[in-house]
Amino acid sequence: MNAIPDGTVLDIRNVTKAFGEREVLRGIDLGVREHEAVALIGASGSGKSTLLRCIDLLEEIDDGDVFLDGEVITDPGVDPVAVRRRLGLVFQAYNLFPHLSALENVVLGEMRAHGKARAEAEERGRALLARFGLAGREDDRPDNLSGGQQQRVAIARAFAARPRALLLDEVTSALDPELVGEVLEAVRDLKGEGMTMLIATHEMSFAREVADRVAFLHAGRILELGSPEQVLSSPEAEETRRFLRRIQAN
Amino acid sequence: MPSDRRLEREAAKRRRHRRGQAIAAVSSVVVLGGLAALILTSPGWPEVRETFFNWEVFKESFPDVAKAFWLDVKIFLVAELAILVVGLFVAMLRIARSPAMFPVRLLSVVFVDLFRGIPTILLVFLIGFGVPALQLSGTPNDPIVLGAFALVLSYSAYVAEVYRAGIASVHRGQRDAALAVGLTENQAMRHVILPQAVRRVAPPLLNDFVALQKDVALISILGPLEAFREAQIIESLTFNFTPLVAAALLYLAVTVPTARIVDRLGGTEGAVR
Ligand SMILES: Nc1ncnc2c1ncn2[C@@H]1O[C@H](COP(=O)(O)OP(=O)(O)OP(=O)(O)O)[C@@H](O)[C@H]1O
Ligand SMILES: [Mg+2]
Repeated sequence: MNAIPDGTVLDIRNVTKAFGEREVLRGIDLGVREHEAVALIGASGSGKSTLLRCIDLLEEIDDGDVFLDGEVITDPGVDPVAVRRRLGLVFQAYNLFPHLSALENVVLGEMRAHGKARAEAEERGRALLARFGLAGREDDRPDNLSGGQQQRVAIARAFAARPRALLLDEVTSALDPELVGEVLEAVRDLKGEGMTMLIATHEMSFAREVADRVAFLHAGRILELGSPEQVLSSPEAEETRRFLRRIQAN
Repeated sequence: MPSDRRLEREAAKRRRHRRGQAIAAVSSVVVLGGLAALILTSPGWPEVRETFFNWEVFKESFPDVAKAFWLDVKIFLVAELAILVVGLFVAMLRIARSPAMFPVRLLSVVFVDLFRGIPTILLVFLIGFGVPALQLSGTPNDPIVLGAFALVLSYSAYVAEVYRAGIASVHRGQRDAALAVGLTENQAMRHVILPQAVRRVAPPLLNDFVALQKDVALISILGPLEAFREAQIIESLTFNFTPLVAAALLYLAVTVPTARIVDRLGGTEGAVR
């Protein structure tokens, strides 16, 4: 097994994943370095969500390895719960817990998975919600929050335990256009603090702004990987160009 | 100052409302009055009134029947608690995934099929008379306990399925999200999935409890003096059925409020209306 390059938090090597006959990931290689934000772009159905779910061990990969801080996390012997406690995942559809308040959503993992006392967890949870512009909404149920507010609660929930890396799955795709900005602001904020992130997104301008590198996922592989300038402005592959044209047309 | 158009609309709305109420009132009087007239003018009514709705007998027997009904209340309260626990337990066994749990899963399926499939009255009979006949030491022989036990078995089988349906109705993304914040499978079930499932199944659960509150009367076949049996005894002494009507009213006094709670719960869940 090769040594992990220094400073690489997430290292994805030759990962494959099929659902029955459908091969969704056909050998993904991608590294995310400490404090780096990598944007994952690709057409709908290209496997962005699947890749993030595989990294968080919500799906079992068929082949390859994923390393977190140099340790393999995808071996059958590894305890998935311990791995997930070191990662954060924000879902495309928020997936907030509807029976819990915003604050309870944020502190549930802290208290039950990380053994924090309620008082301490709540204090941090309140601060986190305030930081994402949700002061005063701590006791609201998700139902009573707007989509943008819900997604910010979801980001606070994923970030609460200070994960080693944050996986964001199209955090704005379910939102009305006027709510996109406030959620991207939250991500920008985390980037400013040096959070290591892998961000699946359809927002090219955002990818350009916040990502250090952009990876284009196509036909189960990372077809192109480079700086936002390289991939989004002067892509090499014809498929990337076609994808970007289609995105811009919308 | 509201516009004329608006005043017109409101007046029309009031007229519609008044007309609706008038129609409801008239049709109630016609239907209920007709039914009452039909019964009261029937040739057998004087005799029926004497044997079923005799006020003197009612006054005389009600205290005894009500006292006996207290036993029904105690039985169904204890049984309901036990059913909630046993039903949940059986449901959890049924959805356990690990291969090591296969035999338990099988047992839970058998439990549900068996106790849901046997008529409750037969189950009460078999357990009430069968268990004492085994003459095992340590098993209870009290017919009240055995009857309640039979009811718990029968209703737990139903309730287990209600729980299971509730758990299945919680979106898969909830489990994913719970695991993603670092919970174990068990914690996800306990803190995320079950609380949502239980809220959803509260109306059907209570509905089963309405049925249970009536079925407590089945225990009477084992001998305990609960309301139905007490009423029957008075009936056999006085040759008057009024005590049974008194018992019926007592059952209604608990089942109707429970049914109203079911309605209320169903309404707040934003059900289709
Ligand atoms: N549990 C599953 N079972 C079967 N097929 C699945 C499953 N999950 C995903 N897929 C399939 O895998 C492919 C990739 O899906 P995925 O959700 O990862 O795409 P995506 O890039 O996230 O798309 P989008 O941009 O629409 O969110 C799709 O064809 C999808 O139908
Ligand atoms: Mg997706």
